[in-house]
Amino acid sequence: MSQENIEISPEKSKQIKKPVYKELLLQGLWKNNPGIVQLLGLCPLLAITNTMTNALGLGLATLFVLIASNTLISLIRHHVTAAIRIPIFVMIIASLVTCVQLLMNAFTYNLYLSLGIFIPLIVTNCIIIGRAEAFASKNSVAHSAFDGFAMGLGFLGVLFLLGTIREILAQGSIFSGIETLLGSWAKVLTITLYTTDTKFLLAALPPGAFIIMGLILALKNSLDNKIKNKKKRPENASSINSVSK
Amino acid sequence: MAFINASSPYQSNKRKTSEIMRWVILCLIPGIAIQSYYFGFANLIQIFIAALTALICEGFILHMRKRPITVTLKDNSALLTAILIAISIPPLSPWWVVTIGCGFAIIFVKQLYGGLGQNIFNPAMAAYVLLLIAFPVQMTSWLPMHDLQSIDMSFIDQLSCILTGSTRDGYSLQQLTSNIDGLSMATPLDITKNALNAGFTISEILQRAAFANSSWQAIQWVNIGFLFGGGILLYKRIIQYTIPLSFLLGLSVFSFIAFAYAPDLNTTPIFHLFSGATMLGAFFILTDPVSAATTQKGRILYGLLIALLVVLIRNIGGYPDAVAFAVLLANICVPLIDYYSQPRVYGGRT
Repeated sequence: MSQENIEISPEKSKQIKKPVYKELLLQGLWKNNPGIVQLLGLCPLLAITNTMTNALGLGLATLFVLIASNTLISLIRHHVTAAIRIPIFVMIIASLVTCVQLLMNAFTYNLYLSLGIFIPLIVTNCIIIGRAEAFASKNSVAHSAFDGFAMGLGFLGVLFLLGTIREILAQGSIFSGIETLLGSWAKVLTITLYTTDTKFLLAALPPGAFIIMGLILALKNSLDNKIKNKKKRPENASSINSVSK
Repeated sequence: MAFINASSPYQSNKRKTSEIMRWVILCLIPGIAIQSYYFGFANLIQIFIAALTALICEGFILHMRKRPITVTLKDNSALLTAILIAISIPPLSPWWVVTIGCGFAIIFVKQLYGGLGQNIFNPAMAAYVLLLIAFPVQMTSWLPMHDLQSIDMSFIDQLSCILTGSTRDGYSLQQLTSNIDGLSMATPLDITKNALNAGFTISEILQRAAFANSSWQAIQWVNIGFLFGGGILLYKRIIQYTIPLSFLLGLSVFSFIAFAYAPDLNTTPIFHLFSGATMLGAFFILTDPVSAATTQKGRILYGLLIALLVVLIRNIGGYPDAVAFAVLLANICVPLIDYYSQPRVYGGRT
């Protein structure tokens, strides 16, 4: 579990109400993104992102479980003793995942089949227990639910990005099989960008996922560095000015 | 006259990286020449494309990393990687196969890890595995040897086939890789693997027409060419005998054990020694000073480990040849091997 998680004490959150949500969103989507900063949940991240549809399906399922588990755990946080908190968290998460699994089995059967074992494996996804332990068990219900949303959205974003790149490289299409998630009307969303006799199989296989993931991480780090340098420069300039004065 | 203040040993032979790499490249020539003799000059075209790509990629990434470009390019290491990739892929594979391979080897495997001396994996073999996984069809379309080719090809035809996918007369790679009988060609290792899966025994396979017509003879000679080049490397003391010797001995012993256990299911040690990339691997790939083990004991272990993996993957695994996979797997073990095989410091306790 990452130790960089922010902890917002109740008093502090009351003092500054508006920026908390903005900060939580920023943490989930960029600064503390579960996928590309905390590097949690790599197993589904790498295994299931071979198409955009799979990525979207698993991302939405994880998002839902995260919001619900964070809310429930935050609700019972005063009644659970520290000694047995982890088993209780896991039981809550497991029941929620079972709900999601049954729902997907009922309404998106084909997607359920193509995601396979990775739906029940959401239980073991470190992001969910991580957020429960680090955030939901210490913060108010509203903040916890929003944190679940922000983190889930961050994870969904990374899954979707990886899925897009891999699907374009390996199959040359966008949203193939999206009808399994959104219903038959969604077939219009499927776009074939190009067709070749020789598919770039590597992108569809786990090693390709690792390589593309590494490239995304590199891109994120270089963007962070650029932002840091930009922020530094004005300070330097002002300090030089003050010296010259 | 000035005395040079230097610590012992006073007599040493300092070879520059560029010189070592140049010798390795020169010693590849016999093998490459035999390859050209049997399969046509397409491999020279591949080497040219590979070298060009590798040098451009290396220069580009060095420019990005703000490192000296010309000095690094002159050390010939990128060139050697390019040549190794070019001669391990099928000679008539399309130009983008070798381009992607070289780009991956130089940018991802070598420079992203920190350049020459820092890479964990052998760049050429990592690229080969990448290509084999990504383009299985192109990477297994080996040409039949010259005498058995149904379509006579000139140099220009081969060039056109690599660049556009068909010869000037419009023959596709698929047609070119078939022999006179219209059977699709494969390497001897491929044929044995497929026939074994189909339920034939080794003695039956050796008598079948497919095997007799395969490029077994040519590949044997190519291996002998690389063995010869490796001999020169040993003679010039560019490489040490430890790794090639332990690898080849290990390969013989392990394959003999398998052969003695089930002669109908496992090929002979001689077949293992002279097929696929055995000799190229033994002298030119395993001995890569960067990614191989560095201690004396470690080198022996490293060679044996690769030999064991090669025999296991060839006999049991799904892929016909195994040198590339075995080398990568052994590369992962190198830090551990080195850690546990450090020699005792003179005067130190055991």
